[in-house]
Amino acid sequence: MARSPEISQARVSMWQRVANAMALPVLSLLSALVLSAVFILGSDLKVLTAFSQFFSDPARALLTAGKALADAYGALFIGVFGDPAKIFKEVGEFFATGDTQGLAIAFYPFSENFVTATPYIFAGLAVAFGFRCGLFNIGAEGQIYVGAAAAAFVGYSVEGLPWIIHAPLTFLAGALAGAFWAGIAGFLKATRGAHEVINTMMLNYVAFNLIHYLLNGPMKRGGAAGTIPISRNIVESAYLPTFFPEPIRFHAGFIVALLVAVLVWWLLFKTTLGFEIRTVGANLHAARCAGINISRNFILAMAISGALAAMAGAGEVMGVNHNLAEGFSPGYGFDSIALAMLGGGHPLGVVLAALLFGTLRNGATKMQSLAAIPIDLVSIVQAFVIMFVAAPIIIRRLYRLKTEVGGQMILMRGWGG
Amino acid sequence: MYLTTATRWIQKIQEEKKCDISAQYGLQVDPDAYIKDLSVGAQQRVEILKILYRRADMLILDEPTAVLTPQEVEELFKVIRSLVARGVSIIFISHKLKEVMAIADRITVLRDGRVVGTTRPAETSPAALARMMVGREVILTVDKQPARPGEVVLDVNDLHVLDDRQQTRVSGISFQVRAGEILGIAGVQGNGQTELVEALTGLRPIARGRVTILGNDTTRATPRHVLQSGVAHIPEDRQRDGLVLTFPVADNLVLNTYYLPPFARGIRIDERTVFASATQRVQQFDIRTPSIHTLASSLSGGNQQKVIVAREFTRPIRLLIASQPTRGLDVGSIEYIHQRIVEMRDQGCAVLLVSPELDEILSLADRMAVMYHGKIMDILPASQATPEKLGLLMAGVREG
Amino acid sequence: MAARTQVERSRLLAQRWRGLFYLLVGLAILVFFTSETRPDQIATLGLNTTRSVQWVRLPDLVVPVVPAVWVLAAIVLALGMRDLVRPFRRGGWLLGIASFCFLAAFLVWAARGTSFSLIGILSASLQLATPILLGALAAILCERSAVINIAVEGMMLSAAFTSVLVANLTGNIMLGFVAAMATGALLAAWHAVLSIQFKVNQIISGTVINIFAIGMTNFLNQRLMQEYTDLNNEVTFPYLSQMFPDLGKIPIVGPLLFDQSPIVWLALILLIVIQVALFHTRWGLRTRAVGEHPRAADTLGIDVFRTRYINVILGGVVAGIAGAYFTLGSVGRFDKLMTSGRGFIAMAAMIFGNWTPIGALASSLIFGFADALQVKLQILIGQVNIPYEFLLMLPYIVTMIALAGVVGRVQMPAADGQPYEKQ
Repeated sequence: MARSPEISQARVSMWQRVANAMALPVLSLLSALVLSAVFILGSDLKVLTAFSQFFSDPARALLTAGKALADAYGALFIGVFGDPAKIFKEVGEFFATGDTQGLAIAFYPFSENFVTATPYIFAGLAVAFGFRCGLFNIGAEGQIYVGAAAAAFVGYSVEGLPWIIHAPLTFLAGALAGAFWAGIAGFLKATRGAHEVINTMMLNYVAFNLIHYLLNGPMKRGGAAGTIPISRNIVESAYLPTFFPEPIRFHAGFIVALLVAVLVWWLLFKTTLGFEIRTVGANLHAARCAGINISRNFILAMAISGALAAMAGAGEVMGVNHNLAEGFSPGYGFDSIALAMLGGGHPLGVVLAALLFGTLRNGATKMQSLAAIPIDLVSIVQAFVIMFVAAPIIIRRLYRLKTEVGGQMILMRGWGG
Repeated sequence: MYLTTATRWIQKIQEEKKCDISAQYGLQVDPDAYIKDLSVGAQQRVEILKILYRRADMLILDEPTAVLTPQEVEELFKVIRSLVARGVSIIFISHKLKEVMAIADRITVLRDGRVVGTTRPAETSPAALARMMVGREVILTVDKQPARPGEVVLDVNDLHVLDDRQQTRVSGISFQVRAGEILGIAGVQGNGQTELVEALTGLRPIARGRVTILGNDTTRATPRHVLQSGVAHIPEDRQRDGLVLTFPVADNLVLNTYYLPPFARGIRIDERTVFASATQRVQQFDIRTPSIHTLASSLSGGNQQKVIVAREFTRPIRLLIASQPTRGLDVGSIEYIHQRIVEMRDQGCAVLLVSPELDEILSLADRMAVMYHGKIMDILPASQATPEKLGLLMAGVREG
Repeated sequence: MAARTQVERSRLLAQRWRGLFYLLVGLAILVFFTSETRPDQIATLGLNTTRSVQWVRLPDLVVPVVPAVWVLAAIVLALGMRDLVRPFRRGGWLLGIASFCFLAAFLVWAARGTSFSLIGILSASLQLATPILLGALAAILCERSAVINIAVEGMMLSAAFTSVLVANLTGNIMLGFVAAMATGALLAAWHAVLSIQFKVNQIISGTVINIFAIGMTNFLNQRLMQEYTDLNNEVTFPYLSQMFPDLGKIPIVGPLLFDQSPIVWLALILLIVIQVALFHTRWGLRTRAVGEHPRAADTLGIDVFRTRYINVILGGVVAGIAGAYFTLGSVGRFDKLMTSGRGFIAMAAMIFGNWTPIGALASSLIFGFADALQVKLQILIGQVNIPYEFLLMLPYIVTMIALAGVVGRVQMPAADGQPYEKQ
């Protein structure tokens, strides 16, 4: 049985597999967007009143609906790509006068996609890593805040270190804090069998209150006399560098996120630790029978998952805000659940899904300001995305697909673990 | 297992009908007993009564003798014959060729979802049936040399094991297995064999007693430690405990060796070695699979078991614990597995074979123990063991 | 008895540690709760409510702090000592007594030199326990037929929203209540279809509902209620004591049981109904059969799928009532994310209560008390040197501890979480 024909056969089916793997997420996202259009229309009173007179004036009803959708998706487009007219103008200016400022302003919306995608990559990797071990980490949001707090603290309290030491140290501090935070839930699961869904959720609330306390107390800028719950700014040696002129916020965190994604891929698929974690997630009983230490892997997987989520928080502190403030995360942790599922629990899929989600959320911000569509639409889209990915048969029926779309990913776990 | 109160309700109905069904069909059941307290054979009778109560004209029995002692099988056959005499039609599905020959009027053989042929017991034989089932000649008896037992490999002393509800499932078992011999543990399933195997492989804590493997105390060993002591385990439930169905064959072949050289160096897994070893073993054990990257779920039951065998037998093992190694397999695979086990024995491995299939024990084991209610009733050498003797022991009847 | 088994030996060892633990608890009570206390200080525990007039005004309970703490500590110390020397058979009630003494000592100490309303905190406990109890009942209905339901949070949130919306749209509070139940039922139906029909992992399908609920309520809240604020006017059911003033005047029982929204009573009635139905009717038997051993139930002729659908939707109705409590039974208006994790705590209450309604009552009262405690403690903030954010964490930490202590000793329905495949 020679190896080369086998590998080339494996390669051919790999492209096929990639195409197959992409079919479900793409179609799920499309369908979810279509479904959420219903919400956009259904909550617009102009559209509702127009439709109530549908039979007397169908044209007007459809026009109103069309306009509402065009407004919404137009705003989305501008949020994602920027104003095309403006971009053309500024590019022309740049070639004429070398003015980078205008160029930066024009490309700002597009760059924001990557800025928003950065924490999504980390958080998505976190949840996906948990999924690989059969663990449902819905505590990513709290872990993000804990990581941000730790990073901010190390960021502003240590001075005089060169950037090459201070920045990685700050980042690491955030990651360790997250590892500890999620590790609590992992420990409880490993030793007491307590389900991580409840514990990570509870830890979320504990984290939120903890941050509230820190920002109104020990970490408040200006001490007790400070007026707003925000921390001191971190020292410049803890910044993640940016590359483009203001107002573009694109920072090195995106590169770090991509590197971390590669690291996670290597860890999961090329190391003994990753093999153990994946086996525990795929079949707990067989793993046990094969001698794998289940408790150790639960704790490790949760800790790594928490560290990854916390990196999202650390990245935001070091690259974007340069301090810790309440509410800096518009739900990165919760969104990443849908993200991880869309990405099929694979680091590459997570990166792609994160880019998508970053783009979506970035565009939705513009939808909120231009078309008055609340940004929570993103959550509605996500819910549908998860549903379609989790029940591939719905997409199959809807689009009359013959091939097998999607695959199994996460296993059943009852409350006893 | 069954909700006791639910079936109590059914019992009440029968009571109202004055149990005449029970007497009518010669199925004796105590209507006041809780289902969970009845013997499996009696439970089966309740099932049959339930169906007859609804005036069934046809009875479909799917592997009905799987959990019966030989004596209970005889009882069942008597019931079947009396039902047939009353005009009830019966479809008796079984993989046990001898039983089918004993009870059936006509025999139909299925293979791969198709009917291969229909015949009568008078016109056929177990060997002919086996050939129809598999498509080639099948050796039904195992050809083996007499055993040459060497040193004691497994020493079990006064073992007590509890189940998840803290009930005693193994109470005071002691036995030894020597290198180069096969000790078979017979018994109806549910008499503590599962818990015994789990305790020996480190998957279940031992409440009292000692287990020694090659002189090392493994009473409190972890599963990994047990495996590293030179133990191979073919688990009872191959799909749940033996394989990860969503993993490729190559990964399943290193499920318990992935961390050892040459498959891994430190934390890194050497994929090339894993794949090369997988390819070689697939060939050596004749595992029918499109490639080593095929998911284990795509393999047939027999080939899945071969993957487990390939994995375990290529490790440096001194003790093989095989629990129902041929459950649900076709006759061809059964033949293959049995030959490999005897091969292991002849190479000096100690083999502990746990199986509720009496024929398997009788054909493979050099010594036979019978488990009943968590105790070993007796250990007989192969020369003294007969199905009748073993059957009595399996039902809890001690001689003398 | 002959040589002990290894399992028995380790159990005895654990019990020795337990005795030591309670000794330490007793000491802790003594040390912490007599600190910063002058020997003559007293704590006044109010037994009357300030809200209404009662027939009889009970005298306040005046407790001298230091002696009280000594007595409570002594009880725990004695029990710990006894446990160390001759371990008790079952440690359950030991934990209960020790917890009670600890809490009592803590309260007395926190109220030293001042007063707080004991009736108030007990009444608040019942109030805060109600949504948790209703959530737990909803979850029990689902889980008893082996469908995991973590969407209780989402169902509660959505029901809270629609109850206010519809009540204000139609001007009829009962319609709002019905809308809440319908919302719960609809979301439950969605969960049921996903997990029963499409066999989606039940935790995932529950998460879908939760995420959708947060998104939908925030979205519609912003779109509709912030523009048309009339849609978010306060609408509440009158308290029982307002409908029947005489009931409210009974001392102790009055403020405790009748100075409450009628939904509280509805919850208690539902509790009894579900307890009886689940364990003493045929429907309950069928439900439990489906939850423990669906295959056997199927062979007995029980329609597994239909039973599960009905149970999940009924659970959704109860979750809807829980959601209505947040608004119609309490503040009257909808605020974003107002359920703040109560749905998850309700699930923990279900587990803690061993999947029975009575157990759920006990655990939701405990969690409700923890919740009420942190509210009251914020009033006593000067006496208790804990920042109020940590007090807010209390219910969540209590949940985690309860869950950790209890898993392994409770028995979930055997088929919980596994979709049923007809073969």
